[in-house]
Amino acid sequence: MKPITVNQLPIGSVSRVERVNAPSNKPELAQQLEDIGFLPGEQVTVLRRSLLGDPLMVRIGTSTFALRRAEAQLIEIANIPQ
Amino acid sequence: MNSSKIHFYESSPLLALLGNPNCGKTALFNLLTGSRQKVANYAGVTVERKEGRLTLASGKTLRILDLPGAYSLYPRSLDERVTCNVLLGRAEGEKRPDLVLCVLNATNLRRNLRLALAAKRLGLPCIVLLNMSDVAKRNGLKIHSADLAAELGLPVIPTIGVNAHGVDDLKRYLEELDWRNLPVAATQIDTRPNYTATDNQRVQQILDKLALNEVLPDALADRLDRILLQPILGPIILVVLLFLIFQAVFSWATMPMEAIKWAIDATAGFLSSHMPDSWLRSLLINGILAGLGGVLVFLPQILILFFFILLLEESGYLPRAAFLLDRLMATVGLSGRSFIPLLSSFACAIPGIMATRSISNPRDRLVTILIAPMMTCSARLPVYALLISAFIPNQKLWAGLDFQGLVLFLLYLMGIVGAMAVAWILKHFTSKQFQVHALMMELPSYHLPRLGNLMLGLWQRCEIFLRRVGGIIFILTVCLWVLSSFPAPPPNAIGAPIEYSFAGMLGKLLAVLFQPIGFNWQISIALVPGLAAREVVVSSLATVYALSTVNNNTSEALIPLISQAWSLATALSLLAWFVFAPQCLSTIAAVKRETGGWKIPLIMLSYLFVLAYLASFVTYQIALLFGWG
Repeated sequence: MKPITVNQLPIGSVSRVERVNAPSNKPELAQQLEDIGFLPGEQVTVLRRSLLGDPLMVRIGTSTFALRRAEAQLIEIANIPQ
Repeated sequence: MNSSKIHFYESSPLLALLGNPNCGKTALFNLLTGSRQKVANYAGVTVERKEGRLTLASGKTLRILDLPGAYSLYPRSLDERVTCNVLLGRAEGEKRPDLVLCVLNATNLRRNLRLALAAKRLGLPCIVLLNMSDVAKRNGLKIHSADLAAELGLPVIPTIGVNAHGVDDLKRYLEELDWRNLPVAATQIDTRPNYTATDNQRVQQILDKLALNEVLPDALADRLDRILLQPILGPIILVVLLFLIFQAVFSWATMPMEAIKWAIDATAGFLSSHMPDSWLRSLLINGILAGLGGVLVFLPQILILFFFILLLEESGYLPRAAFLLDRLMATVGLSGRSFIPLLSSFACAIPGIMATRSISNPRDRLVTILIAPMMTCSARLPVYALLISAFIPNQKLWAGLDFQGLVLFLLYLMGIVGAMAVAWILKHFTSKQFQVHALMMELPSYHLPRLGNLMLGLWQRCEIFLRRVGGIIFILTVCLWVLSSFPAPPPNAIGAPIEYSFAGMLGKLLAVLFQPIGFNWQISIALVPGLAAREVVVSSLATVYALSTVNNNTSEALIPLISQAWSLATALSLLAWFVFAPQCLSTIAAVKRETGGWKIPLIMLSYLFVLAYLASFVTYQIALLFGWG
């Protein structure tokens, strides 16, 4: 099963970060996302999407960031037991 | 800019302010040093190190460095690199700090604490400042600084960056500190291993222990964002907001502008009736009063524009506007990150170009620098306002809409559209590989703008403007008066004396180049000093026309004069010219400094010149077709 990433989350649902994947063409993006708080175990919520679904407004811990879809795709969500 | 290498205070201890972006470092810096550096509610206001001095009650002097905000000590952009280099003692002409003041946003310890752990690892003596402690308390967060200090193994002092007494505890602490016996910093620093994950576990532990691990929602921001960032309503609100700002620039400014105009006319009248006719009287009335007065009149409009810009900056709305526009920026190959530098360029292209340091992608940064001058800077406002007042009828359209304000809005819009078009063209010259654009922009909490900050910001704008009027604009006006008055005309001259002067001759020469776009020789002269500062075009026109009347004893208002002398086609062509016109010399110098060579400034200069000429040519020819010649 493919892991769920932040861009796929429904608006308002609270999840936790599992890991951040580094894209092959720009590996430093992973470090930058970790720097701003996307770290394993942190609470993450998609607050809203703009008109065409990009960018997204994401709450991570106690901060709010605007992320592009390409960035949100790198962040994997922990599987919550149903 | 005092990213100074002053060596006078070499002996006094050096303190460095470190912290996440937008945690209030500069507010603390201003409080400690009595400086007035710019503060606003978005990440990345400070892009270079600034130095100030704090004199303690005991008379001891401390040097304080304000550093650009950083999320970690792994730099991702130029401004974050400045911070790391200073802390590691690698900054040119600066010793390693003796003490690090690590500023934490108390309302967001979860993210801020990680930086404190990293700062501790630097091996430098470090104090933790718990800033915005008042807001945290209001939000219901109870942070026991003693417990936090015990967990971190560092002293913790609560501060309030926006309160006059907010740093009293810190000052007391610095007073009692034994500066002679501060631990000596380790010289070997290992920043390579990645501590992010382990640090985060430690942060979680600390938060758990202090009972702060609950995530509280930001109710106000959530409620406001629901309206302001609503997918359809949000962009509409943004456009209406900008539109209303330009309406206000015209409709609110009428009264104060009339008052300034009246004062200038009264002075000119007084001088001409109390002074004998001489070259000195001509210099005073036709040179200085006409020239400087012509520019000074536009101060109210500039202040109104800045009032709104400051309001938006303080409130926290700006990064949200960037969020709304990101999609649009993406289609032209830029990210929302370019938005804030571009917005700063509405004040002046120079701070805008400097603000591009916070863009991590070098290609995006370069493109942003290239298009920044197309954002209408405040120096161009007087030129627009002059032409609009002279040629656009002051009438109300439907729903009380001001026609002049609408035209001004359209001119600003033209600059933006032009910039986007250039960015879009440049996108096609970039290989796909470089087209990964990071956004990752923090959206801060909303703050009610503080009246004090607003007034200070306006006063600083006023000061900058008056200093320009009294400085460069004054000098150029006098120079132009001299060039326009000498040599004196031959005794049997028929036309106005200026036509026989150096400036007159030069203007007629240049007019050959500018004739196809409808500029007469008077405009051609005025464009030359306008290269030094845009407003000078207005003062130059005032001087040239004041000297152009055969009977040069009257100081006549510029607006009715040009509305008679120029055709509508010429006026529209000049407006189009100024949307794109090559920028002033100081902008060119700033671009050279920021890009480290002449290549980019020369490219910029030539492409903007071509663009301006083409735009004016097309405008002029179309206007002629409409019979507005």
